Amino acid sequence: MHIIVCIKQVPDSAQIRVHPVTNTIMRQGVPAIVNPYDLYALEEALRLKDRYGGRVTVLCMGPSQAEAALRKALSFGADEAILVSDRAFAGSDTLATSYALAAAIRQIQKDMAVDLVFSGKQTIDGDTAQVGPGIARRLGLQLLTYVSKIEGIDVEKKEIVVHRRAEGGAQILKTRLPCLVTILEGVNEMRFATMGDMFRAARYPLKVWDKDAAGIEDIEKVGLKGSPTVVAKVFAPQPRAQKAERIETQTGAPADLAVTLLAKLFTRYPHIEREIRKQAG
Amino acid sequence: MAEKFDAIVVGAGPSGNSAAYVLARAGLAVLQIERGEYPGSKNVQGAILYSHALERIIPDFREDAPLERHIIEQRAWMLDDDSYVGSIYRSNAFNRPPHNRYTIIRAQFDRWFSRKVQEAGALTICETTVTDLHMDGSRVVGVQTDRAGGSVYADVVILADGVNSLLARKAGFHGELQPRDVALAAKEIHFLPESAIENRFNVQGGQGVVIEMAGKITRGMVGTGFLYTNRESITIGIGCLLSDFQESGISPYALLEQMKMHPAIHPLIEGSEMKEYSAHLIPEGGYNAIPAVYGDGWLMVGDASMFVNGIHREGSNLAMTSGQLAAETVIELAKEGRPMTANNLARYRKKLDDSFVIKDLKKYRRMPDILEHNHQFFTDYPEFLNRAAHTMVTVDGVDKKSKEREIRSGLVTRRSRLGLLGDAFKLWRAFE
Ligand SMILES: Cc1cc2nc3c(=O)[nH]c(=O)nc-3n(C[C@H](O)[C@H](O)[C@H](O)COP(=O)(O)OP(=O)(O)OC[C@H]3O[C@@H](n4cnc5c(N)ncnc54)[C@H](O)[C@@H]3O)c2cc1C
Repeated sequence: MHIIVCIKQVPDSAQIRVHPVTNTIMRQGVPAIVNPYDLYALEEALRLKDRYGGRVTVLCMGPSQAEAALRKALSFGADEAILVSDRAFAGSDTLATSYALAAAIRQIQKDMAVDLVFSGKQTIDGDTAQVGPGIARRLGLQLLTYVSKIEGIDVEKKEIVVHRRAEGGAQILKTRLPCLVTILEGVNEMRFATMGDMFRAARYPLKVWDKDAAGIEDIEKVGLKGSPTVVAKVFAPQPRAQKAERIETQTGAPADLAVTLLAKLFTRYPHIEREIRKQAG
Repeated sequence: MAEKFDAIVVGAGPSGNSAAYVLARAGLAVLQIERGEYPGSKNVQGAILYSHALERIIPDFREDAPLERHIIEQRAWMLDDDSYVGSIYRSNAFNRPPHNRYTIIRAQFDRWFSRKVQEAGALTICETTVTDLHMDGSRVVGVQTDRAGGSVYADVVILADGVNSLLARKAGFHGELQPRDVALAAKEIHFLPESAIENRFNVQGGQGVVIEMAGKITRGMVGTGFLYTNRESITIGIGCLLSDFQESGISPYALLEQMKMHPAIHPLIEGSEMKEYSAHLIPEGGYNAIPAVYGDGWLMVGDASMFVNGIHREGSNLAMTSGQLAAETVIELAKEGRPMTANNLARYRKKLDDSFVIKDLKKYRRMPDILEHNHQFFTDYPEFLNRAAHTMVTVDGVDKKSKEREIRSGLVTRRSRLGLLGDAFKLWRAFE
């Protein structure tokens, strides 16, 4: 089985600050990490490899620094890593990115057929959750989003059974391969790489594909030109004026505490009190 | 199968990076192991970079190293509760390249240095902790890491694992670190727009200011505070002997909070936004606390060896130079085909003795003891100096001669004639 995992290098959003004067995001000095959602996808792919055998290829589009993200993926046990990197891709939005990644996956397929493509649920810097589905559409793959568990794969029949979080409940779905799966966060825990894997990752001769190697046919479809998204405005949300209040819970009976809390709630939101009294008749 | 290298360097701080870089450039097979997520992720430093030590290792470092500001002005403040007296040295000569000192952000600087190390050909592995040394009798032959299949071997292991080297302690190379030999420093980085920094510190372009502080801010403990200007942020911190923190029960965080409220300091950071808080130990035991720094199959560099000059707040430069000297020792022995025995590695200590590292530490060898036993340097003197200045500059109709008399008698009541003479003598001996 051949699994491709698409990963992205993102700035660690926990450490990002908004410039107080210009209101822009201060990226300088913010460490880059593998998009945390993608790591769940990678671990899930590695588990399938452990169960059914095969190969895991990680694929990343980004600047040369994204090499670090790919090496990290290799250290966890991915077999191959490809960085799709070209000036022509600068400024790509989700539409252009999915076009470029789909092209690269077609190239990979020439070498070895692909059964599954994984991606994270979304990225922490863009939060769009559009790239995975965009790739599936372009490659004509079955699309399984928000997958919480992979029940199993029938290698003979080329079928997969997954649990999917859906509005109002869970779905158990069976579909045929090849397909694209986006994985929910928190469904697994990334393994701890062995020393051997660390060495392999550090020494691995990374494959870097430019636009030609990645098989980009229409240059108008990548980079800024291929990106219809317009960022109309960036602003930092104003902190809310309401202050949190601290209530001592160590002393006093729970019932008294409940009464205090209700009283505070009712003073702040009188309509809730009215509503409750009305319901109570 | 376990791998074998010519040298293993434990740690990717300034000492480890220097050692690994010099070794790799000489063509040795080098493995560097760092426990942090990336080099610099665990490191805490002011930070002032002293160019000279790095220049000897990477002469053209200025071309791409992440440097914040070059220092053109040094202030030294003695603080009382709501005043300070101080000195300032500012010179246009510091504006002429090559610059002598820079402020840096360690997390960025260490990553840059590590990239150089890797480009030079060393293999750097992060997020991996060395948990033990592999010994063959008394000889170090490799390291054990916390990963599965984690043994790696080498002809020589360079311990660059920083202050409180657990490895050295485990292997019996040092004893337990003494609280009187280390300072605990708390530090914050505050974001402040470039224009605000230029206005508040009277600088332009890439110029920067350093303020070193002593006095009431340490509440009687042996220690100092500092404030450095970065490009778009201010680094502010304070450190005192761990033994003093233990005795006083004051928390480093509370001490820093209080320091930030000092009327002379607060306006400098007012309106800034805190970016990070961190705390770290600084080895301050000086010359007398230096442990054995070499043995069969191993060398120790940087903070692990207590190579910090607390008086001048220098550490990273001693770390870099010791790393370089350790690497050069290994390269020489390898070229001569000699084994990495304690006898042969003793050359490293000789090189250190001939360098500023040991010479400076030796010069101030009495200092830690004197400061530890004479807290008046951190209490009475700053207070006295401030009161004296206050008396002199207050115009109130009292004649100047009487003012001088008042100041003198104030000093003697605080510290007695003999005490004063004694203090002067101690300081003279310490700086002699
Ligand atoms: C608040 C503060 C301000 C300072 N200001 C200045 C200044 O302005 N100028 C100056 O020159 N010096 C300054 N210093 C001192 C300077 O930071 C140190 O002297 C210097 O960092 C020492 O370098 P090092 O490489 O020996 O140790 P470190 O920088 O501490 O590096 C040690 C490295 O080893 C790693 N490590 C530790 N144990 C293991 C293990 N078992 N396995 C794998 N990796 C391990 C650590 O993660 C770390 O990255 C300051 C220090 C502090 C705390």
